[in-house]
Amino acid sequence: MGSYFDGGQTGSFAGPNGDAGRSPRRPSASFMNRQTSSFADFLTSHSPGLLPGRVQPGVESAPGAQVIKDLPHGTTIVAATCDGGVVLAGDRRATAGSMIAKRDVEKVFRSDEYSAIGYAGTGSVGIEIIRLFQVELEHYEKMEGRSLSLEGKANRLAWMVRGNLGAAMQGLIMVPLFVGYDEESGHGRIFSYDVAGGPYEEQRFFSIGSGSIFARGSLKKLYVDDMPVGDAVLACVQALYDAADDDSATGGPDLTRHIFPMIATVSSDGYRRLSDAESQEIAEQVVQSRMSQPDGPLAPLRNG
Amino acid sequence: MPFYVSPAQQMRDKAEYARQGIARGRSCVTLQYAGGILMMAPNPSSALHKISEIYDRIAFAAVGRYNEYENLRKAGVTVADITGYQFDRHDVTARGIANYYAQTLGTIFTESNKPFEVEIVVAEVGEHPDGDQIYRITFDGSVTDEPGFVAFGGEADRVSAVLKERYSEGLSLAGAFGAALAALSASGNSASGNSASGNGERTEIVGSQLEVAILDRTRDHRTFRRIRAARLEELIAEARAAESRAAEAGAAEAGPADSATASDTPEASEAPQAPDTPTASQAPKTSKAPETSTDSAPPTGPDPSRTDRGSGTNGGDSESPL
Repeated sequence: MGSYFDGGQTGSFAGPNGDAGRSPRRPSASFMNRQTSSFADFLTSHSPGLLPGRVQPGVESAPGAQVIKDLPHGTTIVAATCDGGVVLAGDRRATAGSMIAKRDVEKVFRSDEYSAIGYAGTGSVGIEIIRLFQVELEHYEKMEGRSLSLEGKANRLAWMVRGNLGAAMQGLIMVPLFVGYDEESGHGRIFSYDVAGGPYEEQRFFSIGSGSIFARGSLKKLYVDDMPVGDAVLACVQALYDAADDDSATGGPDLTRHIFPMIATVSSDGYRRLSDAESQEIAEQVVQSRMSQPDGPLAPLRNG
Repeated sequence: MPFYVSPAQQMRDKAEYARQGIARGRSCVTLQYAGGILMMAPNPSSALHKISEIYDRIAFAAVGRYNEYENLRKAGVTVADITGYQFDRHDVTARGIANYYAQTLGTIFTESNKPFEVEIVVAEVGEHPDGDQIYRITFDGSVTDEPGFVAFGGEADRVSAVLKERYSEGLSLAGAFGAALAALSASGNSASGNSASGNGERTEIVGSQLEVAILDRTRDHRTFRRIRAARLEELIAEARAAESRAAEAGAAEAGPADSATASDTPEASEAPQAPDTPTASQAPKTSKAPETSTDSAPPTGPDPSRTDRGSGTNGGDSESPL
């Protein structure tokens, strides 16, 4: 079973000339007369080999399948809307089986000026799809002279996740968490996905990855509607700490090596990644508070 | 149709056709300054652009037939994005894009009945001024390296002569702006579309008739910025003020008898002529969705002083930098 992206797919992804738009005498002409402003669509017809998710069918049962099982993955990514925007934060660990494959993975990325994306799943597949997504958004903006709407971006990402389904079914899973600042409403918005696509718009906060269950439970008690961005960041870091506390595939703050959760905010000022110094300050604050209360801030049992 | 036309004659005819088409339109100028590269062209339309971003440090400017160069622009953006995606962002160069245009335009010139009536400039801003590159590609696919500055399209010779006079290395943005404005004003095909008026004064170009953009070498990631609205008016006013100061200084040297002419500066009010209908090659029949940006930011750009790293490389100035 191949993915949509396999070369040789006919149907809506074929170029307008049927033969992938290539003319034998004028190879450079395939770039001219573009019908669509989508980069990923163009790749599908022009160079499908560049698309993510190209996996031969039957890989999982092949002798080398252990290779797939040993690819690094595991994560917690949390997102929370706040006053004037949205926060996206992710841990830094990648595991391969029982080993820690990498301590300082970056799983939170800027997708464009007003949006950010994090992923859970296989590291290399995640990076590839996110890279494609970044180029897709920028390409559309340059071609059309305006950026996509936030819903448009969320939909394009869903298409890419869907295209990876074939590979996902063979173990190369990638599930993103997408956040953006909606310039029209002035609010942050969160979109989640499953392995077959989406998007699902989430309210208030959300989390994905192996530690997401713990992070979500933590945020449930800490989150306040329209909280100021500083508080939202702190809540997210607390949630990541709780996820790391209970999920071996999620890494907590590494104070010895100065490796802290990656935190980004998206607001009317655009995407902003907190500097290492800022992340350090917040992480140290959280760790310090855990010294006296290891399970984190207590939520009142009775309201009022 | 004649029974036989010699290839040489065919090519000459095509070249003549293309040259005439390009000369009919308006000129465009591109020049280096201390902080980057400035591109300027008369353009009454705010939605249809002659100057555009190709990639992080690469910009595109064109004259001639709009639908033809718009097609080339999109192809250039595609080539750039494919290269950057396939390899890395640093592997996209103006030279590569210019070569692509040379190949494409050359093929079109040779193989199609009608050549493209376009002339294109691809510019790249370096970390330092000696890394800047400006390439000009003509309708038949010839590429030339144009160090420092270039004027093309319309009355290119006239505009180029003024530009050459006014250009020097290490200009400030205001200085480069003034030079470009002066050069474009020298053309009979200025934004107002009329020839220079009989009393010898240059026709005045106003902000709404200008398209201006820069490649700002100090920016991270995407260096292309359009200069619009308030910032554009500021620079125009600055340029005009500098002109009149220079004119006064020149008149003062010549002696008091000439002081009368000193007041006859380019700023002397001359209501801009009603813009001529755009040439056929640039008729804006449809308008694109309006860009969402403010002032000098790119379509989705937030405050240009911010970068992704949180601690902006620029100061707090939210306008395009000097």
